[in-house]
Amino acid sequence: MTKVTVRIPTPLRSFTAGADEVVLEGNTVGEVLTALASKHEGLIERVLTSDGEVRQFVMIYRGSDDVRTLDGLETSVSNGDILSIIPAVAGGIR
Amino acid sequence: MTIVRLPSAIRAELEKQVVEGYPYETCGVLTGSRTDGDAHIAGARQARNLNQKRANDRYELDPADFLAADQQARADGIEIVGIWHSHPDHPARPSVTDRDAAWEGYSYLIASVTHEGIADLRCWRLEGTEFVEEEIVT
Repeated sequence: MTKVTVRIPTPLRSFTAGADEVVLEGNTVGEVLTALASKHEGLIERVLTSDGEVRQFVMIYRGSDDVRTLDGLETSVSNGDILSIIPAVAGGIR
Repeated sequence: MTIVRLPSAIRAELEKQVVEGYPYETCGVLTGSRTDGDAHIAGARQARNLNQKRANDRYELDPADFLAADQQARADGIEIVGIWHSHPDHPARPSVTDRDAAWEGYSYLIASVTHEGIADLRCWRLEGTEFVEEEIVT
């Protein structure tokens, strides 16, 4: 089984006992997130909607690529890949 | 009230970037550490504002810059503790747009800037659905 590292942003580390990254198994981004959900209760609700879509203001990167520009949650992963959960940082005066 | 410790040299560099970016919104990432809720800022790295159409009143921080800052912070044994951005000709208070995109756990530093320079600098964190102010100690 493929092992990948998932990098956890600071605001979500309360779900991983403070760990800034976790190593999980899966062959696609979606499978890795499923593994994340089963291992760290409550975290996945901050990342995915109840319909299983990536939430607004959340992005998933495989290496330096936004998975939305690849195959979304079906994007394949290889041994040693790094997945980053990052906030879509935006705002402004109005 | 939680405290954000912002060294004077980092504050000066951040304010310089904000003034140079006026009248457009500038933004970036705050790196450092957090102890008992208080943030200790070790760096304020500028990021690109991808919202070119409304750069005078909106910002969209380039995720590539966020990732680069995160990678550097991890290498330095620190973390991303917040985000900074400017409000040209507007108060240093979070807008509804700011609130909608905010994450609990980060500090949001906002610089009010006018043609005369920095008018105000305030810091906020999201608590539930509301922002509460943090004290900036330089």
